Amino acid sequence: MTTLDKPAPAATAPTPGAGRDRPVRREFGVANAFSHGFLLLWGLLTVLPLLWMFISSFKTNGEILADPWGLPETLHWDNWVRAWTGAHIGRYFLNSLVVVAGSVSLTMLMGATAAYVFARYEFRGRQFVYYLFVGGLMFPVFLALVPLFFVVRNAGLFGTWTGLILVYAAYSLPFTVFFLTAFFRTLPTSVAEAAMVDGCGHFRLFFRVMLPMARPGLISVAIFNFLSHWNQFLLPQVLMQGDESKWVLAQGLFALSVSQGYAGDYARLFAGLSIAVLPVLAVYVGFQRQVQAGLTAGQLK
Amino acid sequence: MRHGKWPLIVTFLVPPVLLYVVFVVSPYLQAFQISTTDWLGYSPDANSVGLANFKTLWHDDYVWNALKNNAILLALVPVLTIVLGLFFATMLAMGGRKGRAGVTGVRGGALYRTVYFFPQVLSVVIIALLWKEVYHPNKGLLTAALHGIGLSAPTWLGDPATAFWCVLAVMVWSNVGFYVVLFGAAMSAVPKEIYEAVLLDGASRFTTLRRVTLPLLWDTVQVAWVYLAIFALDGFILVQLMTNGGPNFSTDVIGVRMYDTAFGSETKFGYASAIGVVMFFLTLSVAALSLRAGRRDRIEYS
Repeated sequence: MTTLDKPAPAATAPTPGAGRDRPVRREFGVANAFSHGFLLLWGLLTVLPLLWMFISSFKTNGEILADPWGLPETLHWDNWVRAWTGAHIGRYFLNSLVVVAGSVSLTMLMGATAAYVFARYEFRGRQFVYYLFVGGLMFPVFLALVPLFFVVRNAGLFGTWTGLILVYAAYSLPFTVFFLTAFFRTLPTSVAEAAMVDGCGHFRLFFRVMLPMARPGLISVAIFNFLSHWNQFLLPQVLMQGDESKWVLAQGLFALSVSQGYAGDYARLFAGLSIAVLPVLAVYVGFQRQVQAGLTAGQLK
Repeated sequence: MRHGKWPLIVTFLVPPVLLYVVFVVSPYLQAFQISTTDWLGYSPDANSVGLANFKTLWHDDYVWNALKNNAILLALVPVLTIVLGLFFATMLAMGGRKGRAGVTGVRGGALYRTVYFFPQVLSVVIIALLWKEVYHPNKGLLTAALHGIGLSAPTWLGDPATAFWCVLAVMVWSNVGFYVVLFGAAMSAVPKEIYEAVLLDGASRFTTLRRVTLPLLWDTVQVAWVYLAIFALDGFILVQLMTNGGPNFSTDVIGVRMYDTAFGSETKFGYASAIGVVMFFLTLSVAALSLRAGRRDRIEYS
C-alpha cells in the first residue's frame, strides 16, 4: 500500500555550520534513553499478559493459584491436551478453519468479480450499485442483528456453517469491493487492450490477465478478511446457537472460560487461549507488512 | 473492443449483489420497520405501535445509564488512544540519535511496531478473556503484582467503583498499537527536512509535536478519531465477556442493552430494534460531528 511506502531518504548533504550540530546531538542522546524507556514500557505492557498466558498454560492449577508470577516447575503439556480434546478446542479450531476457508474464498471470489466490473466496465446504474456496496461500510452491524437472525432462520440456514459463510462474506463485501475496485483501477489498461486485440475474451482476460496482476491487492484483502472472520464472535453467537459440535473457536473459548469458573481448571483455559493465539500470531509475524498495510488501509476506508 | 461485455457483467455482478441485498441491505431496512412494532420475536404478531418504543426508551433508566457510560468512553478512549499513539509513533520516528542533526527512528523500531500491533490481530474475545484473568482478584497478574510490592489490591472487575475503568483501560490497551502503526505510516510520508529545520531552530519536542507533527497528520488523526468514536459507542464484546454490564450495571453499554433486550430472557425484538436505530443515528451523528469539528485547512507538502 502506498501509505506505507517509505519516502525517498532525506538528502545526506553535509549540514553547514558544524557548531550547530553539537547541542542537537546532545539532546538526542538524552531523548534516546528517554524514548527507549517509554517504548520498552509499552512493549512490556503489550507482551506481559500474553507471556503470562503462555507460561501459565504450562503450570498446574496449584502453581497458578499460589504464585501467579512464577515459572512452572515442569512443562505440563497435559493442559494443552486437556484443552485440545477434553474442552473440544481442537474441534472448534477445525470448525473455524472450515468456516473461514469457505467465507474467505467466497468473499474474495465475489469481491474480486464485483470490483472488476465496477473498475473496468461502463453501464447504467453502476454508480448506484457501487455506492450501495460501499455504503455498507458506514453502518454498525448491531442495527441489522435482529432482522438478520430471522433472514438466516427463514432461509433454513440457522445453525449451519453455510449460513455463517454466506453472512461473513456478505458483511465483508463492502470493504473488499471498495479496496479492490480502487486496486483494479490502478492496473494498466494497455495490457488488457493488447490481450483483447489478440482475441482474448472477457472472461479469459479476467482470469488469465487481470487476476494475476492484482495479486498483491488480493493478498492484502484476503489477510484482512481472514483475520476478521477468524476473530468473529457476534455473528456466530447469534446465528450458531445450540448445536455445540458446530461452534467456532470464539464460542468454544467463551464456553471454556465460563466452565473454568466452576471447574477451577485455569491451566486448561490458558492452554485453550494459547492454542487460539499461536496461529494468528504466526500468520501475523509471517505476513507482517501485508497485515499492517491491509488493516491500516481497512481503517482509512 | 467492448462487444460481448454483458455476459461478464451479469455473471460477475448478480451473485454478489444478491448475497449483499439479502443479508445486509434487507436486514438494515427491516430493522427500521421492526423498531415501530411491539414484536416479541418468536410469535407471529407484530403490531405497529408507531413511536411508542422510542417513548419508552426515553424513560428507560437502564438505557440512560448505558448511554452515560458510552459517553464517558466516547470522551476518554479516543483522546487517550490518540495521545498515546502519537507519543509512541513520534518516539519511534524521531527518537533516534544520529550524527549531523539527522532525524532518525530509534533502533529496533520495526520490532517495537511488530509487538505493539499484537493486540490488533488477536480476537476481541481472546483479549476479553485474557484480561478477565489478568484482573482476577486472587490469581490475576495485577493483584499479585500489587501484593508483591506490599499494596492491597481492589477487586477490579468485581467492584462497581473500579470495573468501568478496568474495561476502559483494556479498550485503550488494545487500540494503541494500531494507531502507532497508522500514525507512523503517516509520519514517514512527511519529509524529514521539515523536522530537521524545526529542530535546528531550537524547537522542543513538545512544540514540534504540537505545532508541526499534529497539523501535518491532521487528516489521519481525524480518521482515527471517527473510528475510535464508533468503537467507543460499541464496546459490546469486551463488556459482555468481561463483566456482562455488571457489577450493578456499572459497566453497561448500549450494545449490551440491545443484545440483552433481543436475545436475553425476554425477546423484545421491537424494542431492541428501536435501541439499534438510536445507536445508528448516534453513530452517524458522532461521525458527522467529528468530521465537521475536525475540518481544517489541508496542508500539502510536495
